[in-house]
Amino acid sequence: MAVHPLYRIARRLISPLVTLVLALILADIAWHFFSWAVLHAVWRLPENAAQAPDTDPCRAAIGHGACWAVVREKFRFILFGFYPYDAQWRPALAVLCFVALFGLSIAPRFWRPSLILLWIAVLAAVGVLMWGGVFGLSFVAADQWGGLPITLILATFGLAAAFPLAILVALARRAEGLPVIRMLAIAYVELIRGVPLISLLFMASVMLPLFLPTGWDIDKLLRAQLAFVLFAGAYLAEVVRAGLSALPLGQYEAAAALGLSYWQKTRLIVLPQALRHVIPMLVNTFIGFFKDTSLVLIIGIFDLMTTGRTATLEPAWQGFGNEVYLLLAAIYFAFCFTMAQISRTLERRLAAPHRDIEEPA
Amino acid sequence: MSNPSASAPQTPAIVLEDVHKWYGRVHVLRGLSLSVAAGERIVICGPSGSGKSTMIRCINRLEHHEKGRILVEGTEISDEPRALALIRREVGMVFQSFNLFPHLSVLDNCTLAPIRVRGLARADAEARAMEYLTRVRIPEQARKYPPQLSGGQQQRVAIARALCMQPKIMLFDEPTSALDPEMVREVLDVMIELAESGMTMLCVTHEMGFARRVADRILFMDQGEIVESGAPAEIFDRPRSERLRNFLNQILHQT
Repeated sequence: MAVHPLYRIARRLISPLVTLVLALILADIAWHFFSWAVLHAVWRLPENAAQAPDTDPCRAAIGHGACWAVVREKFRFILFGFYPYDAQWRPALAVLCFVALFGLSIAPRFWRPSLILLWIAVLAAVGVLMWGGVFGLSFVAADQWGGLPITLILATFGLAAAFPLAILVALARRAEGLPVIRMLAIAYVELIRGVPLISLLFMASVMLPLFLPTGWDIDKLLRAQLAFVLFAGAYLAEVVRAGLSALPLGQYEAAAALGLSYWQKTRLIVLPQALRHVIPMLVNTFIGFFKDTSLVLIIGIFDLMTTGRTATLEPAWQGFGNEVYLLLAAIYFAFCFTMAQISRTLERRLAAPHRDIEEPA
Repeated sequence: MSNPSASAPQTPAIVLEDVHKWYGRVHVLRGLSLSVAAGERIVICGPSGSGKSTMIRCINRLEHHEKGRILVEGTEISDEPRALALIRREVGMVFQSFNLFPHLSVLDNCTLAPIRVRGLARADAEARAMEYLTRVRIPEQARKYPPQLSGGQQQRVAIARALCMQPKIMLFDEPTSALDPEMVREVLDVMIELAESGMTMLCVTHEMGFARRVADRILFMDQGEIVESGAPAEIFDRPRSERLRNFLNQILHQT
């Protein structure tokens, strides 16, 4: 078919033209950001008569320059909330513990059963660091905790508990021979999925104490944690179930024909393959769940998002929310991006080997 | 068996007594009775949908029969865990679609059940696996993963995997139907060798050359019944029923 020459020229021109326009727009945005965030930024502030920082230079720069001084001034509060100032090395160490734990867990050479023991040990150490009360550490009640440790605790403990729960629920949903257990699993998933997370958190913080015997008081953080585990468990269970359904029936039959018991079959044949199929979806859920922890502000727990917001409520610092939110965004992004990277590494490493290109005979 | 006759030299490997099965309202097995002696090699043929696969899948309890009795090595099969475990240990199965575990190496495919079910030490299981992989002529592929092998190689691994459990009985469910024509031979050769070693075998297959060569008895099934059974010469050369004659005509015209 003959193509009009003008059409061909236009086609050749359009792609570079679009690229150029987009590049210019991006460059303009980048320049504005650079000018605001670096060139005209206020990095430190002089002290006023009351030995508090004098925020006038920042006020003067509003609109064209960032006030990073607010981050310098407030980062300890943003990261650790109302945790006693002198003991803030403890939550800091707890955060490092988490990061080190995640770092070790992604290296395949550490994938062995003892890794579970390491997780238990590190999570226990985090508890000791945060609560104290032993080894000469002063006791710090959970309602004084705040900031990044809260976010990491909710997400890590939440996922560590929700993932095994999700696997059991997904298996239960497929247990044809156990109708009652199957119904319970379906009811659990549908009930939790049908309710917003916020209302679950409310229920956990307001209604749960009503059901407990008098004299029992579960910590607010623990209640929020329970709500999270239930919530994440339901969503992860559906992801795991998708992986189970994707597995060909022949795999179950071959395992059964070899005499493997149900749990051997599940552990050695079914789950390794099913979970591998759904790594991207699992990590997707993990990332969403990590960010959902910010909803605990609704029941008055000071997670990272809430401490950041609170930091700029003080009259002197009002109006400098952008800088703080950028910091929060950077922290959230660092964790979520790392999870995404881990997901890609896992997918590559666990990818089933494929048939080599046919070798010439 | 209900009537233990003293003259029987040994317990039959497999006995079916009036076995029925329904899929919903479809009556797929209609009263099968059969006795297979130890070491006997049986080929089951028949048109698709005749219940051949369903019958052998009932023998190792991948399918449940609803009426009648099935005995393997004298044990009636049921969901009773000990009976089930015994059957699964004594009966090996080879599937049409191989069903190797793609996430495990060929060697691990072969050692998994001997280690986990028979309780063998890893070194012993690996030695045994190499022995059987050598018998099916692919010891050099032991470290590869199933998706890296050709169909014929995968099916030979599947045979080795089943043999590693040292079963007394082997079931084959159309083992060559999913293979490219040039790979059928290599799998049949392994099966012929196995037959000549005295293994009790039940094979669902359309490979009539194989049937003629190794079968002690051929069962012709149609519509959930065993229509005819006999030595290969009787079945092929003197078919009695109209249905078998039609079936043989179709098969012979195909090839």
